[in-house]
Amino acid sequence: MLDAFLNYDLLRNTFYAGLLVGLIAPLLGTFIVVRRQSMIADGLSHVTLAGLAFGLLMQKKYTLLVFTPFHTGIAFSIIGALIIENLRDVYKAFQEIAIPIILSLGVGLSIVFIALADGINTDIFSYLFGSVAAVSGADLRLILYISWLVVTFVVFLYKPLFALSFDEEFAKVSGIQAKLIHFLFIVMTALVISASIRIVGVLLVSALMTLPVATSMRIAKSFKQTIIYSIIYGEIAVIIGLTTGYYFEIPPGGTIVITSALLLGFTLLFKRIQFIVGIKRDDRNAA
Amino acid sequence: MANPIISVENVSHRYEQQNVLEDINFNIHQGSFVGLVGPNGSGKTTLIKLMLGIEKIQRGSVKAFGKPIQKFKNEGRMSYVSQKANAFTRGFPATVREVVSMGIVSNQKPLLPGQKSDHELIVYALKQVHMKDYLNRNIGDLSGGQQQRVFIARAIVNQPELLILDEPTVGVDSENVDHFYQLLSKLNQELGITLVLVTHDIGSITTYVTDLLCLNKSIHYHGDPSGFENMTDKERSKLYGHSIHTITHDH
Repeated sequence: MLDAFLNYDLLRNTFYAGLLVGLIAPLLGTFIVVRRQSMIADGLSHVTLAGLAFGLLMQKKYTLLVFTPFHTGIAFSIIGALIIENLRDVYKAFQEIAIPIILSLGVGLSIVFIALADGINTDIFSYLFGSVAAVSGADLRLILYISWLVVTFVVFLYKPLFALSFDEEFAKVSGIQAKLIHFLFIVMTALVISASIRIVGVLLVSALMTLPVATSMRIAKSFKQTIIYSIIYGEIAVIIGLTTGYYFEIPPGGTIVITSALLLGFTLLFKRIQFIVGIKRDDRNAA
Repeated sequence: MANPIISVENVSHRYEQQNVLEDINFNIHQGSFVGLVGPNGSGKTTLIKLMLGIEKIQRGSVKAFGKPIQKFKNEGRMSYVSQKANAFTRGFPATVREVVSMGIVSNQKPLLPGQKSDHELIVYALKQVHMKDYLNRNIGDLSGGQQQRVFIARAIVNQPELLILDEPTVGVDSENVDHFYQLLSKLNQELGITLVLVTHDIGSITTYVTDLLCLNKSIHYHGDPSGFENMTDKERSKLYGHSIHTITHDH
């Protein structure tokens, strides 16, 4: 089934981009989930949509070819990330309020830009739900750079990131530059989201950052294991989702997320059975 | 006497309209075990946050190891066990080993090299708090008292000179509280770590600490715990009760 992906250039780009996204989305997703900020991805993805719509509008009106919608999407995502950080500072006691603000702003802007560009077209559809044929060579290179940046960021700042996620106060006392690292982290999140949108679409980006992590947390014994398993689950979902999406002509966002949800379901079921078997064995041993 | 590790001079602090600290002055010397006691709302946590440099100083000055706290680069000399250590996200997927490893952040090395020496430091710290056998257990599976000991291991893994603990016995059952204080006493005497223990439970710590600091917005007593014990109940309640009265009066 993978043949088609490896034989056609455009599909091959999508496949490689999918593998990269399957790595970086759960990698950052693990930190996002344990910090209880799962909604951030949703907020940022809708701002990215505004950026994509803006890019499409510019392309249409001014045939502006230097910047693609992908580029404007990244730019909007980063700006959105900075606004979220700023709002969280302003509303210290109600930090979660930053998400609905930025999310609705993103959707609002998207509607305006799409309307100005004379309505929904197929491009927007592919951005909403992902596409198997959306990744150009240039896009793939950009996704590769983003992935390299994100992986380097996590490897070099693993300890401070982990410490900040677990217990911010202790981390600050240890001399960790909390503000700087939060800032870098949210910028990285913005980059991962704009990269992932090519594959899974705006509406389902947050699923790729959280579902594999939710599954992984059920079986992992440590934080590092949580990261590793969530990446494995992410990659499995991307590979199965992309191939089935291609063969059944379904946008891959749907198939990837359903695969992720099935993996979660199976894992929960497996843990349940393991638990029941364990109790029965204990009962037998006690008898 | 040698230079103090911490010196607090003329510190006052307020939140919104309310004074929480008024004209605080004291020094903490190397090797001491300071009990910082006071009723709830007496400004204890604010005071140690100022000492740790995580709360901005409004008035007065705090020096750590001779340097103004604003310019002090910690690098592992000063460590902290917070009141909220018990309130970390339950079910956070981390092992005891990983939690303790967070303490080794001053020498920020990348993930890959140097794993072995970190491991030795972690095992040593866990041995000090009798938690070595729990190395690979999930932190969420431990009891409150066990978790607190792991957080102490995390705080001492860098071998700090000063350890500040904010109400560390909250969530530890009363039988284990004494063991807990004995453990702290051992860290103080055997490892030479200077300790500041914040608590509202004045009764049980007077046998362990070398210095007692009674706080209720301002400092009401500073000195040998025996001096405090020798006071009559009336004098003591005057120290404590009078200021409690002022607080209720303020509202």
